[in-house]
Amino acid sequence: MALVKIPTPLRRLTNEKDEVSVSSSSVEGMIVDLESQFPGIKDRLCDENGEIRKFINIYVNEEDIRFLKGPETEIKDEDTVSIIPAIAGG
Amino acid sequence: MSNSYVVNLRCADKSCGKEYEKKANYVCEDCFGPLEVNYDYQEIKKNLTIEKIISREKNLWRYKELLPLDSEPTVGLNSGFTPLIQADNLAKKLGVDELYIKNDGVSFPTLSFKDRVVSVALSKAKELGYETVGCASTGNLANSVGANATAANLKSFIFIPSDLEESKIIGTSIYGSEVIAVKGAYDDVNRLCTEVLGSNNWGFVNINLRTYYAEGSKTVGYEIIEQLGWKAPKNIVVCMASGSLLTKIYKSIKEFEDLGFIVPNETKIFGAQASGCSPISTAVKNNWPIFKPVKPNTIAKSLAIGNPADGINAINLLNSINSYSEDVSDEEIVEAMKLLAETEGIFTETAGGVTLACAKKMIESGKLPRNESIVLVITGNGLKTQDPLVNNITKPYIIEPNIEDFNKVLGKEK
Repeated sequence: MALVKIPTPLRRLTNEKDEVSVSSSSVEGMIVDLESQFPGIKDRLCDENGEIRKFINIYVNEEDIRFLKGPETEIKDEDTVSIIPAIAGG
Repeated sequence: MSNSYVVNLRCADKSCGKEYEKKANYVCEDCFGPLEVNYDYQEIKKNLTIEKIISREKNLWRYKELLPLDSEPTVGLNSGFTPLIQADNLAKKLGVDELYIKNDGVSFPTLSFKDRVVSVALSKAKELGYETVGCASTGNLANSVGANATAANLKSFIFIPSDLEESKIIGTSIYGSEVIAVKGAYDDVNRLCTEVLGSNNWGFVNINLRTYYAEGSKTVGYEIIEQLGWKAPKNIVVCMASGSLLTKIYKSIKEFEDLGFIVPNETKIFGAQASGCSPISTAVKNNWPIFKPVKPNTIAKSLAIGNPADGINAINLLNSINSYSEDVSDEEIVEAMKLLAETEGIFTETAGGVTLACAKKMIESGKLPRNESIVLVITGNGLKTQDPLVNNITKPYIIEPNIEDFNKVLGKEK
């Protein structure tokens, strides 16, 4: 199982859990898995076209998925996925 | 200020616009868009006049009605109102008619424009009752949070990339802040801080207080307008890291227009980045609606943000006003630092070199008109980033303490 770190704005949907486990093999799969565990979360992560919202950054083991394979980036057991609001810093 | 002009916070994403209480909220819970301060401009218009501003002390709080506090400011009471210099020597060199330098390299207390945003963020932090504050910084912000938090009796945790310039690390540690040097680039530091915030109730100036913090940048624009005699320039060139400063200076001009303080002058604002970290300029040049994040590699470390928070806003703004954003090499940055020093006697840091070098390039390419007023926003001081100059500067003459040796220097050898 991979570990997903949930940012504060989404914790209301995860019963205030800051970390949850998923058994999916890609970032896309992770979103489907999260939706089945916490209905409504997909709409918050993805826009009306089903793409990851432009103000959300997703990292697999500290690397931005835009430097990997985007939503198709693989996730293995023991991996840590972080979902982070893009609006920070500078 | 007995009554506040801040109504609430609002999601800046036009398709959303959800409203939030004026607390330490920074991101929309629905769409993750950035929150903006929603002011009651009607009330501001009734209460704020040019005469009132002019009657006040020369610091950034002379514009306090347009800053997001609910009570009187408590931090950074002497910050802001840096010089605007008419740069005739440099203008001649660049072949332009009217050129000005807004010199935040002499900002009080830590010699960069970050003193403005930190004054606002920490005043807000005190209002909201925080006792511990923090930031993710490329250096200048670290210096300013360190100094201002200490003076305001706030505990501070300052996160920086571990490869930062020595002078910027010393210039933070001296204030007694907890300095955490993270093995990684700024974008790693930033991500870590967002996670730290998730488990600590602290006021991170550029994360959960960012909505307020960013408003402080508007004072650069207000001051330029006031110092030009209540007139907006035709062109402004600003360096970009997150892109926030550029968007906020533009906002300041629009606010002064809407308040009737100035006649609209169709001011254009131009972005400047180092080629080693130019996600925003690259997007503008290629007409991309969004940027691609990059791994920074430039001497302009204070601008080395590969994943800029306001990148999309900056791109949208530059496109909407048909403006442009340039980028320059490390060599061009060093040359520009020397040019500014040799013409105007102003020693700017690498970021200022980026601004001038990009302006020069845009003048040469015709993007910046030679016959219109141009303001270059110089954001930081050269004493902080001397490393790239060590092998690029004329070495001093080394002589024995006698007049004969000195005469040799003058070429008056007998």
